[in-house]
Parts: sequence; structure tokens; C-alpha cells
Amino acid sequence: MIVMFRFLACLWFLLAAPAFADPLADLIPKLGRGGFADKAEVAAELGALGDGRAIAALRALADGKLVTRADGSVAIAEPAGEGVKLAHPLTGADLGTSAADTVERIRINNRLRAAIAAALGALQIFSPNPEERLAAAREAAKAPTPELALALDKALAAETVPAVRAALRSAQAAVQLSVGTIEQRIRAVEALSAATDPQVRNLLRQVAQAAEAPAELRAAAETALRSIERRLQLAGLAEILFQGVSLGSVLLLAAIGLAITFGVMGVINMAHGEMIMIGAYTAFVVQEIFRAYLPPDAVDLYLPAAVPAAFLAAALVGIALERGVIRFLYGRALETLLATWGISLMLQQAVRSVFGAPNKEVANPAWMTGGFEPVGGFFVAYNRLAIVVFCFLVLGAIALILRRTAFGLHVRAVTQNRDMAKAMGIPVARIDALTFGLGSGIAGMAGVALSQIGNVSPNLGQIYIVDSFMVVVFGGVGSLLGTLAGAMTLGVINKLLEPVAGAVLGKIVVLAAIIVFIQRRPRGLFAPRGRAAEG
Amino acid sequence: MVKFGDKIARLGVIGALAAGLGAAQPALAQGTIKVGVLHSLSGTMAISETTLKDTILMMVDDVNRKGGLLGKKVEAVVVDPASNWPLFAEKARELLAKEKVAAVFGCWTSVSRKSVLPVFEELNGLLFYPVQYEGEESSRNVFYTGAAPNQQAIPAVEYLMSKDGGEVKRWVLAGTDYVYPRTTNKILEAFLKAKGVKPEDIMINYTPFGHSDWQTIVADIKKFASAGKKTAVVSTINGDANVPFYKELANAGIKATDIPVVAFSVGEEELAGIDTRNLVGHLAAWNYFQSVKNADNSAFIKQWQSFIKNPKRVTNDPMEAHYIGFKMWTQAVQQAGSVEVDAVRQAMYGQKVAAPSGFVAAMNTNHHLSKPVMIGEIRGDGQFDIVWQTKGAIKADAWSPFIPESSKLVADWSYPWVCGNCTAPKFKSLAN
Repeated sequence: MIVMFRFLACLWFLLAAPAFADPLADLIPKLGRGGFADKAEVAAELGALGDGRAIAALRALADGKLVTRADGSVAIAEPAGEGVKLAHPLTGADLGTSAADTVERIRINNRLRAAIAAALGALQIFSPNPEERLAAAREAAKAPTPELALALDKALAAETVPAVRAALRSAQAAVQLSVGTIEQRIRAVEALSAATDPQVRNLLRQVAQAAEAPAELRAAAETALRSIERRLQLAGLAEILFQGVSLGSVLLLAAIGLAITFGVMGVINMAHGEMIMIGAYTAFVVQEIFRAYLPPDAVDLYLPAAVPAAFLAAALVGIALERGVIRFLYGRALETLLATWGISLMLQQAVRSVFGAPNKEVANPAWMTGGFEPVGGFFVAYNRLAIVVFCFLVLGAIALILRRTAFGLHVRAVTQNRDMAKAMGIPVARIDALTFGLGSGIAGMAGVALSQIGNVSPNLGQIYIVDSFMVVVFGGVGSLLGTLAGAMTLGVINKLLEPVAGAVLGKIVVLAAIIVFIQRRPRGLFAPRGRAAEG
Repeated sequence: MVKFGDKIARLGVIGALAAGLGAAQPALAQGTIKVGVLHSLSGTMAISETTLKDTILMMVDDVNRKGGLLGKKVEAVVVDPASNWPLFAEKARELLAKEKVAAVFGCWTSVSRKSVLPVFEELNGLLFYPVQYEGEESSRNVFYTGAAPNQQAIPAVEYLMSKDGGEVKRWVLAGTDYVYPRTTNKILEAFLKAKGVKPEDIMINYTPFGHSDWQTIVADIKKFASAGKKTAVVSTINGDANVPFYKELANAGIKATDIPVVAFSVGEEELAGIDTRNLVGHLAAWNYFQSVKNADNSAFIKQWQSFIKNPKRVTNDPMEAHYIGFKMWTQAVQQAGSVEVDAVRQAMYGQKVAAPSGFVAAMNTNHHLSKPVMIGEIRGDGQFDIVWQTKGAIKADAWSPFIPESSKLVADWSYPWVCGNCTAPKFKSLAN
């Protein structure tokens, strides 16, 4: 923001000197009058003027910061305490502060928003900020008009950043598709055929189907279309695979904790989902604390802080649950199931009483918002990517704990032969509590991850409990590797089926397939070892 | 038996107080008028319905503070049907037969309404149903204070077809898989085809309740929209599934200027659970938004926030519907001079309330309201900017003219029709 104002200030000194009739000064106040359609026209005119001083006003309008004052003039308003701080829309000059209800925010709608984006695109193509130039080039490719040709040529000549150059070149080609000689247009088609972008495909399709276009041009467009379609198909397949892995890692995160409590300890814990929920609510609480006590820049760091906090919170609840209820019920599966089911309902209602029934907002940190396209048609969202990475880190950490630490050795010993372990002097009761705490704590960390893609509500756990059991049973009770394989298989199969069968039918097909599979292999993908398996 | 019922009622009240549920007054059975509150306070729907329970408690509190009704105190009997559809019917029977409530305010999902409907018809009770729904119903025992499709879905689609709405040519109808989205989409599909939209320009998609992985559907929407024609999504996605859907939309970089999403079940309350900075410009269609500016609305918001003791709590459309419904009921009781169901029902017709939406809502003889329609765009702060609204109140159609089977049906509970789904008046011969 500050950089932009400086830039504007420079522009102002450069441009303001010959202050004769200024069309800009006439247009800006019009942004505050009339309907959305009228304002959209004004925005388009501002874009056509090509005067960079309009950027601040347009930006403010898009952000809902442009206001009309009592005298009908327009100003840029920044919230300041109770009131608002006003600035001149062109000069940025300080116009003092005023009460919030003395100014009227200028409302915009999507149509106006699109007009503003197009106008800003035209104005920002020479901006010093490469990101703004990139956005401008993309905007130009979206609406390629012959008027843009000259500006694009000039921008391309001066451009040094490769990504922006590429965007500018495809915008230029898109413009040349409709103007220029046949050779130029064919060259434009050839230039565009290297792109993998649905938008380019639409442009080429228009050329290929245009009746007035020469046959050779249409043939070139057809060829280009075919190669683009082929690459888009491949990109689509890659996207489905990524989605499958992403869903798989969500399932895996939800299920790892259960793989320990159910898989290793043999406790049917119906309150597992609520441990996930406790983790998600911990993320919410940590976020609120960060928002209340830390500067806005640091708020995005709440997520790394929430992970250990959620682990501790859920682990403590888990240990309390094991010591208070479950330890009296070892070996009595049905009673455990009923008792933990009851506890899950109590935990839900407790959270509902404390936090209220409505959803809580857990925001994605800025670094987890949005995503990137490695190739057109294959979109990777940052939050999904982060969850995939996080999930494998957690899995690796557990494998290390179980394989490489004394605690892990004890856990495995107790799992394999409880009495013998006891005889060897292992504190069985403590190990039980800690193992249950570990499983619950991991569920809590999963809750932090899941708060980034879904609800934070008292019912959060119920969404995942069935899926978690499915993954653990399918993968093989007692095997971490099985849980990994089970989660990934289910994720990818789900995503492969969904486009064909639809979400509802897809889910049914997967469930039916699992039932058949369990009939044939009751122990799941990876048969378990240890005494629990035989008993 | 009376004594026993009394005890239960007191227990209920004590329970409600103990759970911190609010200000139900412990009162004598003789001098009170009881109203039932049939909203889920636990289970999946608690998210939306708890607020409506509080709204009715607020209205009851308000009436009592102003001296009660017919000289008696009003007492709210709160029950929890726990998002369990058969339990709704049981609790409804308990309210009507045992508690002898004068009216019931309740239900959210259509399936819960369908579940209690036979009970209300059998015991001749009165249900005030505050949620927008699919229409195709008009019971003598239900007053529908939410929107019918012609007060929400159709105007929203018309707006998107207009120049201001972006002249949308291609449509994705996405919904949760149950009766409300399916019926609404059936009506919308017929409407779109009547407007000349080709079948290949309509994509219909259903997802289960609580669907949490939206990657495929959002990617499909992107693909469907990349065909070069302006595309919009009409969302009848309900309940918990909305948050992951909107998060996925935001992260997939779908901007409202590219593919606007208009929702019929997402209001201020639902947005309170989402970071809306990346959803600016997506739309919702309702009969009321909290951002409406008028004195009635300011008073309504103030009353709510002071009752719930939280200056950040938002108001929403179903709350406003309950506000209108409760006011109308108290007016009808005063007019009839009795809480007797048949008398109150007669007095309901033509009842008017100055609603927080800034318009006068009126009850029609088809048991539905005349209300304004508003389209709002989501702002960064979780509120809506109203970008379009009807000039006046629109009368609800109980039966949609766009579904061939229902286009001939009439709902009119006044003479000579006296019927909720007839093709001819019940008392035709006598009318001549």
C-alpha cells in the first residue's frame, strides 16, 4: 500500500503541473453517483484515460473504501478508531477525520467489480510491481480488444520478468487472433498452441468455428486445439490424482490417532472424532488469543503454535478418558463402545455449551490461501498441499516414536503380550494411558489441519469417525503402513469414481467395495502381528 | 395426571435454566399461555436451530415485559428433538397433547416438517415454520413464514440473467441430496428451460449431507465454466457442508467476478463461521439482511444483541421470519380474544407486521407471507451488501407454476376454496 502511495505521489508531481481542464477530476466524483451500470461506465472511461492517478480511487472502490461525503464529493476512507480518516481520491491529501456515519460507503456489485478489474488492468500494465503487471496481462488476455495491441507491444518490449513476459505474449497473441493479416493470425495461433489453458482453448475454438475465417487459419486453429485438448486431459488426470492424495491424507490424518488407540490398543473409541474436534477448537482459541494480544502481522503464526497446543489439549482429555473410564473396560469391547459413544455426546454438548452451537471461524493464514497452477487445468491449493506434507510429517514422527524410542518399545511390548510385558517390569497401566494420550493428541493435531479446510463445529468429529474406522479396518488393524495404504487407496478411488458416479453414488460404491473386500480379507490390506490379532 | 404434566413442565423449565438456555419464566399453569419451541438443540442442525430457539425466547420475554397476552403471561416450553426426524414427531405430540401449547414455533429442515405434519393435522395444532423451503405444500395447521421458491430462487436466477447480474448463460445447480434442493432445482430447471437455456448449459450436482471434500466438484465447476459462456452456481447446499465448500472455492481462486455463487441457505449466521475476505461478491438471496437500514431493523438487532448479551451476534432471515410469525400470532390472538386454534387461524389471514426488512409482511390465505426479495453480495466483514431488491412485497406461491403437476393446484383456506391443494373450490356448489 505504502509503496503504491509513493508511486502515486511521484506520478502526481510529474503529472499535476499543467493543471488545465482535468478529465480525471471530472470523472472521479461520478463514481459516487447513479446505479451500478453508470459507475461501471465511469470505471471503463477511467481505464481508457490511461492516467495512473486513477488507480488509488479504483482500488479503494474495489476494497469498499471509497465513500461519498455529505457535500457529494468522493474520498478514500481508512478506518481510524471510532471514525474514519479521509484522503483525497486523486492527490491523497489528508482531508481530516470524521464520524463513520457522516460518510456513505459506495457499494459495488460483481459487474462493477469486473469493470474495475479491467480498468486497473489497463492502468497497471506499466506498473513497477511485477505482480500487478502479471494481473494486468492476465486481465488483458481475458478480454482481448484491438485497442490493447499497442500497449501490449510496448509493455512486452520493456518487460524482463519471464512469467510476466509469457503472460504478455499470450495476451498479445490473443489480441492478434482477431486483428492483423492472415500470416500474423496464423502465427498467433501457433504461438498460442503451446499454452495449456482453457481460456486459450476457447479463443482458438472461436477461430476454428468462425465461418468468415480463411480455411488455412481454421486448419491451424484445429491442430492447435487438438494439442491443447490433449495436454488439458493429462493435466486433468494429474489433478484427479492430486485430489485423491489430498483426500487420502485428510483421511490418514483423521485415522492415524485411531490406528493407535484402536489398532494398537484394541480400544473401540467412539469419542475419537471428538478428539479431532477438541484439536480444531484449540486452533480456534489459539487464533483468538493471537488476534487479541499480538500485532496483526503475527496472527498468521497462530497455526504452528496451535499444533502443539492441540496435541496437549487432546492428549490430556484422552489420558483423563483412559484413566477415568476406559481402563475399567479393557477386554469388554461392547461396553467400551457404548461408554465412549456416551462420552462423545457429552463432549459435543460441553463444547456446544462453552462455545455456542454456530460454527467458529478459523481463517487460513495468508501463506495457506490460494494456490498455483503448475500447468493450466491442474490447480494445486496451498492449504491442501500443506495438509499432505503435514500428514506425512506426523506419520513419520509416529513411526519414529514407535520404532526408535523406549516408550515405543514398551508400547509394542504391551501390545504383543501384556502379561509378559508386565512381568518384565514395564509399567503397563502408565503405558496404556500414555499410548491413549498419544493417539488422542495426534487426533487433536489432525483437528488443527482439518480446521483449515472445513467446519469448526461441535459436530466436526462425527463427520470423520466413520471414515476413520473405515480406513483403519480396511488398511489392517494394528498396522501403521496399512493405515497409510488404506487412506491413500480410499482417497484416490473416491476421487476417480466421483466424476463418473457423482458424490453420493461414489460413496456408496466405495462402501460396498470395502464390505466385499473385508469379507475376503477380514484382516485388511496388511495383516497384523501380535497377540491381539490372534485373540 | 395434570399434576404430573405440571411437574414435567417445571422440570423442563428448570432443565432449560440449568443448561443456561435463557429466560423461561417459572409460572403457574393457570395464568399462562404456553407456546412450544421445537428446535434441535443438539445434533447436526443445532448449529442453525439454537439461534431460532433463542429468538422465540426473546420474543416471549418481550411480550411478557409488555404485560403479557390477554392478561396472561406467555411461557415458552422448550423441547429438544435433537436433529432426529422421528423424534420431532414425538416431541410435537408431547407439546400438543401433554403441554397443550397454543402454538408451536419450530423445524428447520423440510424432512422434520414433513415428519411433524401428520401430528399437527391430527391434533389440530398450529406450527410456525420460519425457513425458506421448496413450496409444494399448504397445510391448514402450518403457517409458512419463510420464503417459497418464487420469493427466493426464481428472483435470484432472474437477477443473474439481467445485465447487472452479469448476463449468466450457463448454470450449475449444486445441492445437498434431499427434498428441498431436489424440488427447488426441479423448479429452477423448468424455469431456465422456459427462458431458453439449453440442457447442455445446465449442470446439476448433488452431494450428501455434511459433504466435506469439495475438490472434485469445485474443479468440475471450473471446467464447466471454462467453456466461454458466463457461468453461475446456484447453491442449495445446506448445513455443515457449506463451510468446506466456500473454503474450497476461495482456495481454488474462484472469484465472484468469474463464477458468482448464489446461495439460498447461507446467511449472516453461516458466514460467521467462514473467513469471507476471499468470498467477496458471492451472493445470497433472502427476504431480509442484517445490513438493511431502517429503524425497525436497528431496534430488532439491538433487542437481539442485548437479549443474547453479545454485541457481535448477527441476525438472519429465519430469525426475522420467526419475529414476523410470533408478532402475527400475538396480534391474531388479541384479535380473536382467545388462543383457540381455529379462532386464531381465522384471525391470522390478512395480519400485517412492519418487518425489520423495511416492508410490511402480510399473511395470505394460502398460509404463506407476502415479503420482499433481496439479493446481497458478501462483504469482507461477513455481512451482505444489498445489490437488488423488489419494489414491494411478493406474494408466495405455495404451488409452483413451473412444475406441470402442481401448476393447476390452488392453496386458499378462505371460502369457497378452503383447501391447500385443490383444482376446484370445495364449496363450489354453495357459492352460486
